[in-house]
Amino acid sequence: MAITQTFGGGVHPREIGNGKKATQSAQIITAAAPARVTIAMVQHGGAPAACCVKVGQTVNMGQVIGEAQGFVSAPVHASVSGKVVAVTTCTVASGKTVPAVVIENDFEDRWDESVRPCENVDALTDADIVGIAARCGIVGLGGAAFPTAVKLNTSKAEKKPDTVIVNGSECEPYLTSDHRLMVENAAKIVDGIRFAMKGCGAKRAIVGIEDNKPDAVEAMKAAAGDGVEVVALPAKYPQGFEKMLIYALTGRRVPNGALPLAVQCVVLNVATCAALSDAVREGRPIIDRIVTFAGRVANPCNLRVRIGAPLMDLIDEVGGLTDGVRKLIVGGPMMGNTVPTLNLPITKNFGGFLALGEKAISAEETACIRCGRCLRACPMGLMPAKIDALVRKGNYDGAIAAGAMNCMECGSCTYACPAKRELTQSCRVAKAIARSKKTK
Amino acid sequence: MSKYVISSSPHLRDHVTTRSIMQDVCIALLPACVAGVLFFGYRSAVIIALAVAAAVLSEWFYCKAAHQKSTIGDFSAVVTGMLLAMNLPSTVPYWMPVIGSIIAILLCKMIFGGIGQNFINPALAARAILALSWASLMNTFAAPAFGNLAGVDAIASATPVSGAAAGNFTLTQLMLGNIPGTIGETCKLALLIGAAYLFVRRVISWHIPAAFIGSFAVCYLLATGFDVSATLYQVLSGGLILGAFFMATDYSSSPATAKGKIIFGLGCGLLLFIFRYCKKTPAEWCSFAILLMNVVSPLIERVTGTKSFGEVKKNG
Repeated sequence: MAITQTFGGGVHPREIGNGKKATQSAQIITAAAPARVTIAMVQHGGAPAACCVKVGQTVNMGQVIGEAQGFVSAPVHASVSGKVVAVTTCTVASGKTVPAVVIENDFEDRWDESVRPCENVDALTDADIVGIAARCGIVGLGGAAFPTAVKLNTSKAEKKPDTVIVNGSECEPYLTSDHRLMVENAAKIVDGIRFAMKGCGAKRAIVGIEDNKPDAVEAMKAAAGDGVEVVALPAKYPQGFEKMLIYALTGRRVPNGALPLAVQCVVLNVATCAALSDAVREGRPIIDRIVTFAGRVANPCNLRVRIGAPLMDLIDEVGGLTDGVRKLIVGGPMMGNTVPTLNLPITKNFGGFLALGEKAISAEETACIRCGRCLRACPMGLMPAKIDALVRKGNYDGAIAAGAMNCMECGSCTYACPAKRELTQSCRVAKAIARSKKTK
Repeated sequence: MSKYVISSSPHLRDHVTTRSIMQDVCIALLPACVAGVLFFGYRSAVIIALAVAAAVLSEWFYCKAAHQKSTIGDFSAVVTGMLLAMNLPSTVPYWMPVIGSIIAILLCKMIFGGIGQNFINPALAARAILALSWASLMNTFAAPAFGNLAGVDAIASATPVSGAAAGNFTLTQLMLGNIPGTIGETCKLALLIGAAYLFVRRVISWHIPAAFIGSFAVCYLLATGFDVSATLYQVLSGGLILGAFFMATDYSSSPATAKGKIIFGLGCGLLLFIFRYCKKTPAEWCSFAILLMNVVSPLIERVTGTKSFGEVKKNG
């Protein structure tokens, strides 16, 4: 099947480029170590981790403080060394309140003895790599935070994956953390890609990068070797979505309701690959991540921040918010969610931080003019206006029949709508109602 | 309460609004308006102004009476008024555009729920009603006199597409517009400039105009034994160019799917061919071809739903 390098539908938000310019050419800065971290027990898709430390206990950096529960889950590690001062709850960016461990940093950065470099990397089997990914709490750092070990563990799969698809597209406006990582640390990413290939048994890997990041394409091409191909893709949102990316790079369509494995692909983000490399070679679990701070902050930049660091302190570190902030967004402007406060801890799935002004506030909804722009924008080939109309009439079954379950909530339709209708939200409503009916 | 706004994603919106789209259509119609005034005199300007004013006022009045928020700010009433004026001869009495706009806005648009809900093109429906009610007034055309703004005498003159005058004009005349006809449909050059603007601004897509004009031309070629100049003559006369680019592309009354648009355009072209070729009556049938297709548009859209991305055979 031919490589199409792109997909039908999608949008070109004007902010692509503009929003990224502020941070795309500056080096990643390591943030000051936080005095106190609040580490949530739910930072991944799947079952929450169970806290396994007590108040007053001294912990080392990289020590497990929350154990994975069940197959689809991930352990949580201490991101600093110090003393556990509270086992409590905290509110994370999604708005959920979850169990959490608060550690006071002793600033010694004392690694736990479980964090040991691998002596013979070449001797590792695929099962070893899956085990390391599970033990080190590696999850998808692109946003969904699905446990990587579950993706790589294809021992029971009917059809073995033949391709690892690596997502370096970073199609969300404003965000540049993956871009910077590719420029600064391409070798580590490629190293991680090789472990991922070994872990899942795929013979080749394709890295897809949007062509608005020529320096990243160049760096990755220079680092890539046998079996790893780097492809520049036309910049278009939502290029970084699993199904779009697989289609653009392999010509395969993931069937509705199926996972990428159905078309023999495993999709990983570039940052996840870099984390996998650290985990395999150094035994290092995820204790930090790179976060883009952009929009109305005094010094937009990419910071390497510890998991559990208070967002408030990091905002101070980037010079504070500037005037006219109306929305605080965790993640990108297309998929991210608004938060009411800066009183949040960093989690593994903290994709970025944006402070946006008046233009992020949408105008009032007006009547649908049936222009068909949503239909052309939808990468999944749905008719968002039709689903929207059905949902507003309360005809949820009709909305599901119109394909609402296939909506990936990328927001392209809402972006494109000249009547400023909340089309994506209608799809979310239909999906939520369908799910609640199923569980009843 | 947080001072920050909480809302669902996405947080970015395209700069295109309903209003900007409608304003683009107005801009696209300006060349044809100017041409109408240049060829048919000041009466054209008055008719356009009256039609627009009556359309906007009717919509405002309806919203007021129905206790709804006024929607005149979206400029769609201005578009309807302009389109209706394009469809009137410059010789009609001044009450005609006013009545026409009231019919278009109240009877064909607002009582069905306003913008996006009208099942037929309001301007065309109004034209049809006027044409059937005041046939002689609607079929009296002035002979064009370029630059004579004082206007020309209302002489009953046949249009290129109909009656005795059919075939009496050169293709250049048809293109430039110095032929008898309605205010907006004579100067094809001005219409094509406007249409090009709509394409560039992505207000309309190629599907409907291409299918409409294409199918009509192909039918005519086949029927005339590949007489290219006769076919071109037919394409450039009457309301086809105005209809294909500005009327049939009306969002509300045409299908939203790409496949649906093509079927819709083919239907328009075929009907117009049948009407013009088989019924050689002195009337312009373009509006009726489009109106008929408007009525089946929901059906077309229903059978041409989109195919979802992941709709593939397993193992396929």
